[in-house]
Amino acid sequence: MEKLDARGLSCPEPVIMIRKAMMAKAARYEMIVDNIASKENVTRYAQHQGYAVSAAERDGEYTLTMTK
Amino acid sequence: METEVKLTKLASCAGCGAKVGAGTLARLLEGFQTHSDPRLMVGYDKSDDACVYVLDKNTALVQTTDFFPPIVDDPFLFGQIAAANALSDIYAMGGEPKLALNLLCLSPGMGQDVVQEILRGGYAKAYEAGAIIAGGHTIQGAEPIYGLAVTGFVHPDHVLTNAAAQPGDVLILTKPLGVGILTTAAKADLVEQPLLDRLYRQMAELNKAARDVMVQYPVHSCTDVTGFALLGHSYEMAQGSGCSIRIDSSRVPFHPEAYEMAEMGFIPAGAYRNRAFAGAGVSTASGVARAVEDICYDPQTSGGLLLALPESAAEACLAELKRAAPQAAVIGRAVERLEYAVYLD
Repeated sequence: MEKLDARGLSCPEPVIMIRKAMMAKAARYEMIVDNIASKENVTRYAQHQGYAVSAAERDGEYTLTMTK
Repeated sequence: METEVKLTKLASCAGCGAKVGAGTLARLLEGFQTHSDPRLMVGYDKSDDACVYVLDKNTALVQTTDFFPPIVDDPFLFGQIAAANALSDIYAMGGEPKLALNLLCLSPGMGQDVVQEILRGGYAKAYEAGAIIAGGHTIQGAEPIYGLAVTGFVHPDHVLTNAAAQPGDVLILTKPLGVGILTTAAKADLVEQPLLDRLYRQMAELNKAARDVMVQYPVHSCTDVTGFALLGHSYEMAQGSGCSIRIDSSRVPFHPEAYEMAEMGFIPAGAYRNRAFAGAGVSTASGVARAVEDICYDPQTSGGLLLALPESAAEACLAELKRAAPQAAVIGRAVERLEYAVYLD
């Protein structure tokens, strides 16, 4: 599983990051983001690519788990 | 040439997407004491596009300012867009701009030719609007910023506020939406150059022609759709007017390419701020696609005018507007106040 850290990045950088990573078509990705716009946008992108997304929040940071 | 520096790379957020959210702004200004002035028709207390100060029975002064970081790399175009955006607030009040001042922030890496091109773009756009730039103020900072402080005039009886829509009014929007989403997607190189060129031309297009048409009709209320997006500005119009606004999402003009980019998550952070601000006052029908809702929350840089006028005049006004703004469309109407301020149907 690939783990990506997009903390400190603002949109659209986290989406660009996940887009690049997903070109490898792995079955599972995990990404950590630190703002609501990034959480929503990365979720949209992953869903658009056919991944199921679950999010866990802790201290304002979100860990997104994307599986296919 | 020094212009090799990419202007947008010097900025952390672009265009009207940089605008502080309406909710944050309201909190910052909470409890702020102001004084009334009998000549001040539109001031601090109204969330309007510009302030209006009556000089005599035939003349009122309209003043506004707007500035933001680069939304394009071409400095001349950035100057044009920033100026068109600042001038728009005068048009949204029904006025005509006459005098303007540059507001400029230079960041490290901006050469003389870049600065001159920005100023030249602003000057050309103001001149096209019939206004003259007569000076300004320049500071240094971390990011480039450009905009104008603009002064215009309007007849005191013909001021168009954003708080005077009446139930039964038809709403017309003069420019298509999706600019914020598409310029965000452009950072990922997902937008073709011909579309980008169309977006840039649209952002640089003055709302002058639309204003000149509008003032010939019995328009009740007007605003321009910029940083707070269609839904944020509609929310302010509904709240200020004491009515509700029903928007027919199937009639809202937008760049079709914005739909897929929204589905892919290329949505500027400002759209989420707009949702946080206006969302509680907006009821979205279950059949409206999420991407369409995103487009309606998308901050627009130098967006179109949103006007409310009686149904009897709407058809003729729209037909004439379309000659100046081909994508102008009726997007909904104002109704008696309901539970929510805005309905996205």
